Amino acid sequence: MDFLIFLIVALPLAGFLELLFFGKRIGEPGAGYVASATVGISFVLALIAGFDFLQGGEHGRTVELFAWIPSLGLNATFLWDPLSAMMTLVVTGVGALIHIYSIGYMHGDPGFGRFFTYMNLFITSMLLLVLGANFGILFVGWELVGLSSYLLISFWFEKPSAAAAGKKAFVVNRIGDFGFLIALMLIFNSFGSLDYGSVFEGAEATLTAGTATAIALLLLVGAAGKSAQLPLYVWLPDAMEGPTPVSALIHAATMVTAGVYMVARTGALFELSSVAGAVVTTVGALTAFYAATIAIGQRDIKRVLAYSTISQLGYMFMGVGALALVGGVFHLVTHAFFKALLFLGAGSVIHAMAGEQDMGKMGGLRKKVPVTFATMVIAWIAISGIPPFAGFWSKDEILASVFNRGGGYIVLWAVGIVTAGLTAFYMSRMMFLTFWGEPRWDDGVVPHESPRSMTVPLLALAGLSAVGGLINTPWRPALEHFLEPSFELVDQTHLPEAGVQVALAAVSIAAGVIGLLVAYRRYVSRATQLEEGGRWDTLLAGYHVDDLYGRTIVAPGKAAADVMAFTADAKLVDGAVNGMGGLVNWAGRILSKLQTGMVRSYGLGILGGVVGVVVWLLVAGGGF
Amino acid sequence: MIPLLAQASTDGLTVEPHWYMALAAVLFAIGAAGLLLRRNALVMFMSIELMLNAVNLTFVAVDSGLGSLEGQISVLFVMVVAAAEVTVGLAIIVAVFRKRATASVDELAGMRG
Amino acid sequence: MVEVVLFAIFALAALAGALVMVTARNPVHSAMGLLLSMFSMAVFYVMNGAHFVAAVQVLIYAGAVMTLFLFVIMLIGVDRAVDTDEQIPLQRPMVLLLGGGFVFLIFSAAWDAWITGRASGVCTVDCTGTIENISSELFGAWLLPFEATVLLLTIAAVGTVALAQFVIKPRLLESRGDEE
Repeated sequence: MDFLIFLIVALPLAGFLELLFFGKRIGEPGAGYVASATVGISFVLALIAGFDFLQGGEHGRTVELFAWIPSLGLNATFLWDPLSAMMTLVVTGVGALIHIYSIGYMHGDPGFGRFFTYMNLFITSMLLLVLGANFGILFVGWELVGLSSYLLISFWFEKPSAAAAGKKAFVVNRIGDFGFLIALMLIFNSFGSLDYGSVFEGAEATLTAGTATAIALLLLVGAAGKSAQLPLYVWLPDAMEGPTPVSALIHAATMVTAGVYMVARTGALFELSSVAGAVVTTVGALTAFYAATIAIGQRDIKRVLAYSTISQLGYMFMGVGALALVGGVFHLVTHAFFKALLFLGAGSVIHAMAGEQDMGKMGGLRKKVPVTFATMVIAWIAISGIPPFAGFWSKDEILASVFNRGGGYIVLWAVGIVTAGLTAFYMSRMMFLTFWGEPRWDDGVVPHESPRSMTVPLLALAGLSAVGGLINTPWRPALEHFLEPSFELVDQTHLPEAGVQVALAAVSIAAGVIGLLVAYRRYVSRATQLEEGGRWDTLLAGYHVDDLYGRTIVAPGKAAADVMAFTADAKLVDGAVNGMGGLVNWAGRILSKLQTGMVRSYGLGILGGVVGVVVWLLVAGGGF
Repeated sequence: MIPLLAQASTDGLTVEPHWYMALAAVLFAIGAAGLLLRRNALVMFMSIELMLNAVNLTFVAVDSGLGSLEGQISVLFVMVVAAAEVTVGLAIIVAVFRKRATASVDELAGMRG
Repeated sequence: MVEVVLFAIFALAALAGALVMVTARNPVHSAMGLLLSMFSMAVFYVMNGAHFVAAVQVLIYAGAVMTLFLFVIMLIGVDRAVDTDEQIPLQRPMVLLLGGGFVFLIFSAAWDAWITGRASGVCTVDCTGTIENISSELFGAWLLPFEATVLLLTIAAVGTVALAQFVIKPRLLESRGDEE
């Protein structure tokens, strides 16, 4: 069993190493097969290891690999509990499907082998993140997924925009990681340990309310960076510069949910600080609403999905912030299904349109790409919150739990409901603009359905999006029972009574349906084209937040860097160093004049030295 | 009368070892002057030989003053080293002369800074 | 008394030879002056009982080494123009000052005590520098240094042969010297 868990991580790592050294030689499509096989086998192993829980196996098994930093008591240890098992299944399952899809999508790309190398590195890192049994391993995984994300966003690094996007993602994530790192230091300072077990069990006894709030808020900074929440979300829309499977895997299904996972994992700490919980929920609600409004105005199909992802991550933060940990994780899972499907479908559309991403140049694709269309419809309904598809169950559980907290949380619930309506609207807008209406294709574009390696994962994800929500319904909360051991230390928020639930569900379904209908009238009945100008431009530019950050943070930072680089460094530091060099040089030039080349001058020097020594001997010896 | 001779005269004026040493000091200084004032490499070499000879003389004089033999042994070693030095040195002078047609060390100032 | 006279004569000869060697324009004359000094040394050695050293002085120094010098002088020609006026500033006054100072210092320091050491006590009976005594010392306590000189002479011989055969590349010597 322990070896099984080790293998789950070791296989993608082995795949990564093999591709790293032999990727070019293996070439296409072998590299894709190797990568997909390692991840797929990992998924199967995770399934086997996960069934252990259902048969009443040990919950919270730790697998110690080796002593890592003994002076900190930090070991390379894996934790195999229901939460990490859930995450492992999502990462390897969705990961395997996207790997298979990528074999078709990346066909003919010169960086084919490199792509799968990075993908396997990402899977390995993500598994480290979710399987670590202490904050040390979590942090290593956290940084490594950041690295692989950077590598994959700027995968087409010859494109300046892709290189810039990767850099932006990395830098923004650094800001979050900074908070995360300080949180880890605080934790170690308080507990003298970074092990989940000792931290969470001792949290209530050890932490004062102030420290707990500080740790929780700093963890939130880290989570906000990784999971693209306000105000650190700006990197995610740009991250769409990467290949579409990357967007699906990393920037929708898995990596961006690391923040949610981390908050859920550290729920015991957030529980101690009602302030931090409220802040997380508020950040989540605001992000969800804010990103949904921006998504309405996007033209690029992938950017719609990017803002949609930010918005959905906001829901998850609402859930975990309100201590509806199961709800948050549940939405994480279902979102992984339907958002990965949406991205892969969008990739399939882009593939069909020969690289075109502007919805203004699509339209009427229903008949041309039937499989893609059919699967995307399922995802669309799922994200819009129409039962019985996956999104409804998880989103509704979060909203109901938030409502059940009462007080100010009801306002946040209302925000969530409005966002649900907006979500249905912008997703419908995207679907209608893409698949309905008259073709607006560029000349020479002949849409065609994607190859089977791409459609099969789409179908698999469509199935999951359709029925995935049934793993946790109010009358049969299987996931809740499954995850219970992981959250036993946390006093979770639960669902309200059945009657209230039904009412709340009705409201949220109504919001979704209204969104759908409005969009249908606007884009199908009236055949409105892609809007331009005025407020739409503001939305398209994401409220010009990038400009704002550019002016208020980036520009002063650059100015400071300029001062440091061209004044402090070039003049002061370099000046001192060059000055020393110059001094030696100058002294050398002066002293080299003594080197006349005249042997007799040297001889005279020797004679002078001899006389000097004799004088010294006489003086020292008292001869004078 | 200088003390040196006065002391000698009381003993019936015999040659004392330190007479040789005084003479050697003067010869050494003359050799050093020749080394530093002459530019002909051959003459400089001869000056070095003179300086070595002056030192040899002190060795022998000290030997007879102390009644030992080590000084003379040392002289033999100095002679051996001097012989080796002369062969190599003269070979160098000849080699340089074949290239530069001069024996003046002042013209061989190629290694100045 | 005879000793004193001999010392006076040969001390004057040695000094005269040395001065001739330093001042003569013609290197041959210099060589002759050095020869005179060396013969005087040999006489001094005999007067101090260093018979073997005296013999070596005449054979090796006055004989072989000076012959070698003369041979080289003849080989490269008698170049009188080498030593004309002094080109290094202050060289002459400095040499005279330091050389004179050196002699003055030696004399003033050693005036009353020229020999301050003690005998090692190796030869208590007979310390005459005969071949017998020298060789029993040389091949006894001084054997290792003696053998080291064999190595030194071998290296010198090899070096000389190498110098005679090795053609010095022009740029090695002329790269800087010819810029003038």
